[in-house]
Amino acid sequence: MNDLWAGLAEALRLVLRLDPDLVEITIRSLQVTLTATAIAALIGLPLGAWLSVNRFRFRRVVIALLNALMGLPPVVVGLIVYILLSRAGPFGVLGLLFTPTAMIIAQVIIITPIVASIAHQAIRDLWSEYHDLLISLHTTRAQRIKALLWDSRRALLTAALAGFGRAIGEVGAIMIVGGNIDHATRVLTTAIALETGKGNFALALGLGFVLIALAIAVNLALHMLTRTERSSQW
Amino acid sequence: MTLKSLLLSVVASLAALSAQADTMKMAVTTSFANSGLADVILPEIEIDTGIEVQLLIVGTGQALKLGEQGDVDAVLVHSRAAEEAFVEGGYGTHRREIMYNDFVIIGPSSDPAASGAADEAIGALAAIAGAEADFVSRGDDSGTHKMELRLWDAAGVDLAGDWYKAVGQGMGAALNTASGMNAYILSDRASWLNFGNKGDLAIVFEGDPVLFNQYAYLPVNPELHAHVRNDLAQKLENWLTSDRAAELINGYAIAGQQLFVFNAQPE
Amino acid sequence: MVASILPLRLEAVELRKRGKHILGPLSLELGATGCTILLGPNGSGKTSLLRLMHGLERVRRGQLQWAAPLEEARRKQAFVFQTPIVMRRSIVDCIAYPLLLDGQSRSAARAEAADMAARVGLHGDLARPAFVLSGGEKQKMALARALVRAPELLFLDEPSANLDGRSTREIEAILQSLKADGTRIVMSTHNVGQARRLADDVLFLNEGKIVEAGDAATFFDNPTTPEAQAHLNGDLIP
Ligand SMILES: Nc1ncnc2c1ncn2[C@@H]1O[C@H](COP(=O)(O)OP(=O)(O)O)[C@@H](O)[C@H]1O
Ligand SMILES: [Mg+2]
Repeated sequence: MNDLWAGLAEALRLVLRLDPDLVEITIRSLQVTLTATAIAALIGLPLGAWLSVNRFRFRRVVIALLNALMGLPPVVVGLIVYILLSRAGPFGVLGLLFTPTAMIIAQVIIITPIVASIAHQAIRDLWSEYHDLLISLHTTRAQRIKALLWDSRRALLTAALAGFGRAIGEVGAIMIVGGNIDHATRVLTTAIALETGKGNFALALGLGFVLIALAIAVNLALHMLTRTERSSQW
Repeated sequence: MTLKSLLLSVVASLAALSAQADTMKMAVTTSFANSGLADVILPEIEIDTGIEVQLLIVGTGQALKLGEQGDVDAVLVHSRAAEEAFVEGGYGTHRREIMYNDFVIIGPSSDPAASGAADEAIGALAAIAGAEADFVSRGDDSGTHKMELRLWDAAGVDLAGDWYKAVGQGMGAALNTASGMNAYILSDRASWLNFGNKGDLAIVFEGDPVLFNQYAYLPVNPELHAHVRNDLAQKLENWLTSDRAAELINGYAIAGQQLFVFNAQPE
Repeated sequence: MVASILPLRLEAVELRKRGKHILGPLSLELGATGCTILLGPNGSGKTSLLRLMHGLERVRRGQLQWAAPLEEARRKQAFVFQTPIVMRRSIVDCIAYPLLLDGQSRSAARAEAADMAARVGLHGDLARPAFVLSGGEKQKMALARALVRAPELLFLDEPSANLDGRSTREIEAILQSLKADGTRIVMSTHNVGQARRLADDVLFLNEGKIVEAGDAATFFDNPTTPEAQAHLNGDLIP
């Protein structure tokens, strides 16, 4: 219990001092995870919509696969990305290992199935609601997907936020592919792992509280964004 | 965020990444990183040589693996047999000894196994095994782990039994476990001194020369991996074996205790 | 005047769903003018027939032939569902949606949608989300959305089945004015009074078949089949 208070105090101290290291890793955490979330959304949302609207032979297989991929252990993703990006691996020439880009790639792989799966569920429900209308209005497939994506945007935002939440708190994969290099690839979660390893529980907890606050702040910010959007749209 | 601004930021961050002039990567062990010595010498290295050294903090096994694959430019570890195999395998150009520190046996301050009364490290471990007192092992194939196994072997102890707990984790995590269980553990002195969660633990045995822990520097072979910065690795080696390095390494202390002894030989 | 998509001819059309026989075989011709009312008890196949003609059900047996190419025919007809499908948008954007599909600008589409809302008697703030509308208002919104592309042919499936008397009369009034403007109406209802007020001719269905068809006045005054007689008397069909 004492450790918890010490952690809270440490978090406050770090934030109030605007500790430069803290600011740096916080910004990097945000950069990596927001970029990964945006890319995962760009892939996962249309994929979810496409899976909802199209009937094809292996649709159930693809959906089952997607749901299975949601449970992929991040460490395994990290290891696979590591092997692919290693100098000895097929994409070694790109020199991406131990860079934020490698961390983004790993996070995209981890969260795209989540984003696509949640999007698929939301859009599938909306599609069953809209089906007759959109067919009646003689829409093209692209028009259908567009309408479904736009009208389920709040659910899609939730999907993206679920992806963000998982990515920002992830440590196993980015530790392997990022390497937790100070001033290069260290982010909040890997710093927490490092400080825990040193037995600096207060500092680790402090960073943990900053991470939680960050996740809440991003969620609130996006929520507010949609609120303003609602009042202007509707 | 619009798609365009997003792509722009991605491209910008990629561009920023490729703009690393004199940056090299070195894989080091957790015990080295936990010692805090890196925080002292890395800024000095950058001032003296202009090289920004990025550290990958991993176990000895993974550090050497990163070198084998060409994912780092040099390796700084402490496990002689593995280092020699690394050089023999052609993965490293050569092995250069830099410094040593030492291992200590940590345990409950009351020392229920009376291991502190032993004359030699082997005797101290035998006492722990004899009392079947809880002992936490890194169990991660690290240099520290290998050292521990050599000592057990020399002590002729069979490691079967509930009292011996291999956690498969880094030094810090293993120390946390030992602290939680109030168990014995073998640690490098630096990690121990810097460790913030000591609980009831204390050093129960130290000083036997078999506990000395030699660090060696291994540049990755550029003939195997053309992209590695062997030029920077050479420059770094020159610095690590210089008088300036000797001064900083020998002068580094925690709680008044010197941690490392510089012992690089001039070429 | 542009060429009409009507008449629509059905020849020996059958509809099955999940292995169950639902409609037909039935043959009929929908002429270019007037208001055709589909009458029949629940489950007789009114909804299925409307959906089939509109292209919401696939014809696997028999022939369905428009007087114009299918693409054009599909564009010049609209459908009002029994339960209005409400998009998650503002009222005005719901009505404007078909115009956006046609490539109109948002502002032009909204202006036209607002006119159409006024025409069907939808008042109040059109920027409200459509889901806040009452049942009757939702059906008016759906009607406005169906009309915004000025269809030549309008299908309606029991549009006032879930509405109170007042909303029902308002919808009927709109349909009367559409009739007067020459929009071809094909509508199902189980409300015989409503059928009398609107119909020019009647298709009477029972158990997936057309039992009686023809001029409205004749049908209501002298139904020839016992099923139609029973239905008009409000009795169970023998
Ligand atoms: N999707 C469906 N699957 C199976 N049977 C259906 C389906 N839709 C309608 N039916 C059946 O088809 C028959 C006609 O239904 P419907 O056209 O809705 O009649 P109405 O509109 O005249 O009440 C009913 O017996 C109904 O149960
Ligand atoms: Mg019906």
